[in-house]
Amino acid sequence: MANHTVATNVYVPFLEQKGFLSWFLTTDHKRIGILYLISISLFFLIAGVLALLMRFELMTPMSDFVSPHTYNVLFTLHGSLMVFFFIVPGLAASFGNFLIPLMIGAPDVAFPKLNLASYWIYIVGAIITLIALLSPADTGWTFYTPYSATTDTDVVMITFGVFVLGFSSILTGMNFIVTIHKMRAPGMTWHRLPLFIWASYATAVLQLLATPVVGITLLMLIAERSLGVGFFDPAKGGDPVLFQNFFWFYSHPAVYIMIIPAMGVISEIIPVFARKPIFGYKAIAYSSLGIAFISFLVWAHHMFTSGISEVAATIFSFLTFLVAIPTAIKVFNWTATLYKGSIELHSAMLYALGFIFLFTIGGLTGVFLGALAVDIHLHDTYFVVAHMHYVMIGGTVMGFFGALHFWYPKWFGKMFNESVAKLAWFLVFVGFNITFFPQFFLGIQGMPRRYATYPEEFESLMALSTYGSWILGLGVLIMTVNLIKGLFSDEKAPQNPYGSLSLEWQVPSPPPTLNFDKIPIVTDWTYGYGKKKEVDA
Amino acid sequence: MEQANMDHAEGHDLHLTPEQEYGISKLGMWLFLGTEIMLFGGLFAAYAIFRAKYPEMFLESHQELNREMGAVNTCILIFSSLTMAIGVTAIQRGKQMLAGIMILVTIICGLGFGVVKYFEYGAKFAHHIYPDTNIFFSLYFMMTGLHMLHVFIGLAVLGVIMVLTFKGKFNEKYSTPVEMGGLYWHLVDLVWIYLFPLLYLVG
Repeated sequence: MANHTVATNVYVPFLEQKGFLSWFLTTDHKRIGILYLISISLFFLIAGVLALLMRFELMTPMSDFVSPHTYNVLFTLHGSLMVFFFIVPGLAASFGNFLIPLMIGAPDVAFPKLNLASYWIYIVGAIITLIALLSPADTGWTFYTPYSATTDTDVVMITFGVFVLGFSSILTGMNFIVTIHKMRAPGMTWHRLPLFIWASYATAVLQLLATPVVGITLLMLIAERSLGVGFFDPAKGGDPVLFQNFFWFYSHPAVYIMIIPAMGVISEIIPVFARKPIFGYKAIAYSSLGIAFISFLVWAHHMFTSGISEVAATIFSFLTFLVAIPTAIKVFNWTATLYKGSIELHSAMLYALGFIFLFTIGGLTGVFLGALAVDIHLHDTYFVVAHMHYVMIGGTVMGFFGALHFWYPKWFGKMFNESVAKLAWFLVFVGFNITFFPQFFLGIQGMPRRYATYPEEFESLMALSTYGSWILGLGVLIMTVNLIKGLFSDEKAPQNPYGSLSLEWQVPSPPPTLNFDKIPIVTDWTYGYGKKKEVDA
Repeated sequence: MEQANMDHAEGHDLHLTPEQEYGISKLGMWLFLGTEIMLFGGLFAAYAIFRAKYPEMFLESHQELNREMGAVNTCILIFSSLTMAIGVTAIQRGKQMLAGIMILVTIICGLGFGVVKYFEYGAKFAHHIYPDTNIFFSLYFMMTGLHMLHVFIGLAVLGVIMVLTFKGKFNEKYSTPVEMGGLYWHLVDLVWIYLFPLLYLVG
C-alpha cells in the first residue's frame, strides 16, 4: 500500500495550519488530542520527578534530604498530579480524542466545541492547582477527613482545582458516548467496532456516573472547611468514614477510568503484531462493560480497617473478587491471540507484552488485598503501594507508552528511532521491577506507607528500590528524548507501516483535517488478519 | 498485504443531517442530566444517612422552615415547567411569538422563585440559623443552595434562548436549543419536587 492512495481531493494534513490561534481555538479532535497529550505528559514528568525526590529521601532510614512535612507535601502532590492530571484524563482524553472519530469513520466528535471547552476547563483546573502550591496540601491525594478538614495547608484550593477538572472529565465522557452512538460510519456495527472503542465507551460511562459524586464530595469538604459544616466532623455529629465512602464511590471506578483505555490499547496492538484476529472479541468487549459495572460495587474494600461492619466488609470482599473475572477474561484472550501468532517485537508490542506481564502481577496482588484477613495485615503498607503501581505503571503507563509508539507514525507522520525505543523499553521494564518488586516484601514485613523515615532493617530493600527508580527515570528520559527527536526527523511515516486493518490506518499520515474524503462504508470487522473474516462467522 | 474492509469509492458526504444533529444534542443532554442526578444524589445520600442517624434533630429543625413559602415556590416552579412545555410545543408548531412569551413567563417564575428564596434565607439568618448550626441546616443550605445555583444557570440559558426565539432563530424545523433548555429547566423543577417534601414536610 503506497502513500496517499485515498486522496482524491487535495490532501492537507491536520498539522499543516500553524500559529497560536489555530491551536487555541481548534475544534479538531486530533489537535485537541495533542493539546491533552502535551499537558498530561508534562504533568506525568513533573509528578515523576517528585517521585524520584521521594525515593531519594528514602535511600536512608533518617529524614536527611527533606523534612517530614516536605515529604508529606511531595507524596500529596505526586499522587494528586499523577491521578487527577495525568492518569484520569490520560489515554481517554489524548488517544481517545485522536482515535475515536478515526476508528469509527467520523469527521470529528459529536460536540467539537465542548471538546475544546473540556480542554480549557482542564487548564483552568491546572492553574487553580498551581495557585494551591503557595501552601501545598499535605493530606495525601485522597484528602481523607478529619485531617483534611483540620490541617493548616491549603486544602480548599487544590480540591477546588480537582473539582473543576471533574467538569472536563464529564464533558469528555459525554462527548465520547454520543460520538460512539451517533457517528459510526455505515456498516460499522457495534460488533465490528475496534476494541479500543468498546474500552473508551466503558470508560466514558464511568466518567459520567462517578465524577459528579466526587464533585459533590469535594464541595462538601470545601463547605466543611469554609462554612464550618460538620458532615465529616464527629464533634458536630458528622462521620469521617462517610467521606471515605463518598470518595471511594468515585475513586474506585476512577481506577477503571485509568486502566480500561489501556486495556483497549493492548487489544489493538496485539492482533496487529501477532498477525492474528483477536481471540474472543465479544468476551473482551463485554468484559470492559462488566468491569465498569462491578467497579461501582467494590468501593468499601479500601475501608476494611476503617471500622465498617463485618457484614459489609464480607460482602465487599466477595464483590471485589468478582473483578478478577472480567479482568482475567481479557488477559486469557490476549494470550490466546498471541498463541501461534507470527509475532513481531516492535517497541509498541514490547510495551503491550510488558502490560500483560506486569498487570497480571498487579491484578493478582489485588486479590491478596481483597481478602479480609490478609488486608488487615497489608493495609496501608508498601504492599499496597507496590500493588497500586504495578496496576498503574505496569498497566496504564505501559499501555500509554505502547499507544505512543504504536500510533506515533499516524499522529505525527514521522518515525522515531526503533532501536532506541527498544532500549528505553528495556530500561523502563527493568527499572520498574527493581523499584516496585522489593516494595511487596517491605509491605509484608510491615513497612507502612507515607513515612519519610523507617527502621534500619529496611534499608537495603529501600535503597534497591531507589536505584530502580533511577533506571526507570533514565528509561523514561530516553524514551521522551527519542520521541521528541523523531518529530524533527526527516523520515516521513508511511500510511500504514504495520499493515493494520483499522480505519485510522487507511488515511494518510498524518490524517487530513476532516479525516476522510467521504464517510467510508465498512464491510467487515477490524481484526480480519489471516483468513477469518466476520466475527460471527 | 491484507486489504482493509472499507469501500473507498463509495461513501457518504461528511456533513451531518439535521436529524443526526438533533439526535446528538438530545442524547448529549440526557447524559448531562444523568450527571446532574448523580451530583445531587451525593447530597440525597447524605440526607438519608443523617436522617436515619438523627431523626429527632431532623424533626425539630425542619419545623423552623417556612412551609408556606416552600409550598408557594413549589407551585411557582411547577407552573414554570408548564409554561416551558407550552413554549417548546409552540415553537415546534412554528408559533414564535407564543413560544417567546411562554419562555419569558418561565423566566419570571424563576426570578420569583429566587425572590421567595431570598426572603427565606434572610429569615433564617435573622434567627441566627446558618449552615453550621447543625447537620440538618448544613444539608438544607447546601441542597437548596446548589439547586438555586442551577436555577440561576437555567435562567441565564433561558434568557439567551428567549432572545433568540424573539429574533426568529427557531421554527418548526429547528428548535433544538429550546427543547434542550426545556429539558434542563424540567430537571431543575424535578430536583425541587424532591427537595420540598424531604426538607419542609417530612423532616
